[in-house]
Amino acid sequence: MALMFWKKKRNEEVAPVVEPIAEVLIEQVIEPVVEIPAVDEVLAPVISEALVAVELPKRSAKKGIRSLFSRIKFDPENLDDLEDILIQADFGLDASVAIVDEVKLRAKKAGAESENQLKEVLATVLAESLERSDKALNLSAGKLPYVFLVVGVNGVGKTTTIGKLANWLTEGDWKVFIGAADTFRAAAVDQVATWAERAGATLVRPKQEGQDPASVAFESVEAAIKADADIVIIDTAGRLQNKIDLMGELDKIRRVIEKQAEISEVLLVLDATTGQNGLAQAKAFAEVAKVTGVVLTKLDGTAKGGIVFAIQKELGIPVKLVGVGEGINDFAFFDAQEFARGLVS
Amino acid sequence: MFGNLSDRLIDTFKNLRSKGKLSAADIDATLREIRRALLEADVALDVVKTFTGAVRDRALGDEVSKALNPAQQVVQIVNEELVTILGGEQKKLSFAKKPPTVLMLAGLQGAGKTTLAGKLAKWLKDQGQTPVLVAADLQRPNAVNQLQVVGERVGVPVFAPEPGNGVGNPVKVAKEAIKHAEKKMFSVVIVDTAGRLGVDEELMQQAIDIRKAVDPDEVLFVVDSMLGQDAVNVAKAFDEGVGITGVVLTKLDGDARGGAALSVASVTGKPIVFASNGEGMDAFEPFYPDRMASRILDMGDILTLIEQTQKNFDEAEARAMAEKIAKDSFTLEDFMDQMQQLRKMGSLKSMLAMMPGAGQMRAQLDNFDEREIDRTEAIIRSMTPAERRQPKILNGSRRARIAKGSGMTVTDVNSLVNRFEQAAKMMKTVAKGGVPQVPGMPAMPGMGSFGGGKSKGKDKKKGSKSGNPAKRAAEEAARALGQNPNSAGSTGSGSAFGI
Ligand SMILES: Nc1nc2c(ncn2[C@@H]2O[C@H](COP(=O)(O)OP(=O)(O)O)[C@@H](O)[C@H]2O)c(=O)[nH]1
Ligand SMILES: [Mg+2]
Repeated sequence: MALMFWKKKRNEEVAPVVEPIAEVLIEQVIEPVVEIPAVDEVLAPVISEALVAVELPKRSAKKGIRSLFSRIKFDPENLDDLEDILIQADFGLDASVAIVDEVKLRAKKAGAESENQLKEVLATVLAESLERSDKALNLSAGKLPYVFLVVGVNGVGKTTTIGKLANWLTEGDWKVFIGAADTFRAAAVDQVATWAERAGATLVRPKQEGQDPASVAFESVEAAIKADADIVIIDTAGRLQNKIDLMGELDKIRRVIEKQAEISEVLLVLDATTGQNGLAQAKAFAEVAKVTGVVLTKLDGTAKGGIVFAIQKELGIPVKLVGVGEGINDFAFFDAQEFARGLVS
Repeated sequence: MFGNLSDRLIDTFKNLRSKGKLSAADIDATLREIRRALLEADVALDVVKTFTGAVRDRALGDEVSKALNPAQQVVQIVNEELVTILGGEQKKLSFAKKPPTVLMLAGLQGAGKTTLAGKLAKWLKDQGQTPVLVAADLQRPNAVNQLQVVGERVGVPVFAPEPGNGVGNPVKVAKEAIKHAEKKMFSVVIVDTAGRLGVDEELMQQAIDIRKAVDPDEVLFVVDSMLGQDAVNVAKAFDEGVGITGVVLTKLDGDARGGAALSVASVTGKPIVFASNGEGMDAFEPFYPDRMASRILDMGDILTLIEQTQKNFDEAEARAMAEKIAKDSFTLEDFMDQMQQLRKMGSLKSMLAMMPGAGQMRAQLDNFDEREIDRTEAIIRSMTPAERRQPKILNGSRRARIAKGSGMTVTDVNSLVNRFEQAAKMMKTVAKGGVPQVPGMPAMPGMGSFGGGKSKGKDKKKGSKSGNPAKRAAEEAARALGQNPNSAGSTGSGSAFGI
């Protein structure tokens, strides 16, 4: 079933699911993916007034995930080779060893011996360890506008992800604002403007070239509140996590936004081709920007993005979205089952 | 860069170095550590296997068992094998006999091609070439604009007949660009292309078509130093597809260990030509395999450091400073100037990280807060000119006023004045040709023990790098900056990075 999110109810709109609050809640209970806000806090008082529950289409990343065994054959006789295969998918040495140990243990218990049985065990181990109850986008808190801050190192796909996300929301009739707070990279504002136009979102531009990104972020949130928008997504310049001044700038952006609104998501965009440095990136951005979720992009290539395993395990940050191409629809929600099955197929 | 790999190898070699004869078991234990280190550095597994295999074969052979110091010999072998994979000699760009020389850039999305195109253009222009940039990435939104802005920044014309964003044929643009360059007498043509995946057959074919259209002297494969295990697949795909002649490594100013460099070089056999290491248009240099290997072995990269220092440290200013120091008229104003000079050289941290022995102090280095410089500046800015020139007049009430004005505490002001006095004292010593005594700072570990056959190793000794007293003084001052006993995260030695 589709995910259920809350957005503003607009006058002209015929609300699809306004009436039965109870039903909505029940649906949310069945669908564990959605974060359920405490009933007495936000949901009950707000919904009937101004919010409307919307279904946004669920998406699949099947096309992006390639099998681990496309280059190397799975050898049921030699499970140690599995370690090499996982290493080559950027899981990292320690995680790979741990996964293989777990597979061996379970295979022994279950008496799994054939290739298919062992693959099944591997898929289960991967899916279980990647599954997270907090992987849904936080679009259910009911405090509008939602504010998303998108961060990451250079060239990972932040702006592209924002374009895709904005488009998905406007298709669901959300009023989307985008803040062009990458005032550093050449023509970055033009790039995000192109995406905003494609997505039918409103862009808040810097007033002058090279303006302080924190002030652009502030003005974007201000404009979104004024215009009664459902969500504002802030694009930021790429920065390497070891550059202290640039990380400090991010901290400032975050603090400035929080003066006006709660930040509902800080998304760290991570390129699937990234190796072990991905963990260092996640660590640094989590500390400074208080990352709430990871977007794993470029899964349409040959890279597997195995480093997210360690990121979830060691830092407890869930993967929420994946990018599977350069097109506006080329993204999906992260689904541990789908991901694990895809890898093992 | 490559930092933690160095730390690891150094750790492993510590045991090796202390022993006399090596058993096969010793060597295997070492190789296991090397394997782990290389994997953590993102060197592709197959490359790691070949590498450790080669080291093992040599380590078990005569050259080690007969060596006076077998452990040192293994280190030497690891070093040599690293250099071999990284490309041996430094490779220079090939220029066409009859201009224009054509350079084509290719790589994955987000590798940094467009920024690199700008840097390359500037570098060539500085050498007296007349380059032109060609906007043949018509795919990514506003890639054409980006190249135009970059071109403007470095003062190099951009050939961009098509708007991009999916409009226009990059093969046609590339072909026209050559004609344009011939007509307008440009000496080098730099073709920026769209990022593409190795597995995207359609786009790979397009890259092949662009290549055919421009017949480049170099096809440079631009690769992000953060790339993981997939480096081998991607490098193979580009080499077998479009065919590359050289590699450029980007984002080396990050803290990725950069094992992709080894992977790509070893899979393609193509030399790494350039290293790109910052967002500024100057943050770009030729790639030196031997330096990089030294770096991997944590022998420091003094040559790069020296070059960087020389490029940025204004000679005239340096001379003036030397005079001041000698005359004992070094003031807080000068102190601030020096810090700004250091800033110009790039991140203080990345400078420090290039010094020998840096691996061992990396943990403390990570604690060093570059914002300390901002705070110092804020304090000095809140002083009156008289106070800056004569720090001696800074009494209690003046210090309180300065603290208030700069948003700091009186303790901060006190500690700054202390550090300034220390630095001034130290500089005088250096200016007079002495060796400064910095508390808690032992001499840098000598590199002689690594026995690198290269004569360069000789003049890499010690922390002091410059014959120019002012320059050396500035470097000492940089260290003194860390000597803040109150700074958070400082270690027992009382230094923020505990050197
Ligand atoms: N193949 C592929 N390319 C992507 C994906 N996401 C982004 N890109 C490309 O990666 C490059 C950098 O993206 P951009 O959004 O500008 O990155 P930013 O610097 O983080 O904002 C562009 O060429 C994008 O088209 C993805 O999921 N798959
Ligand atoms: Mg961007």
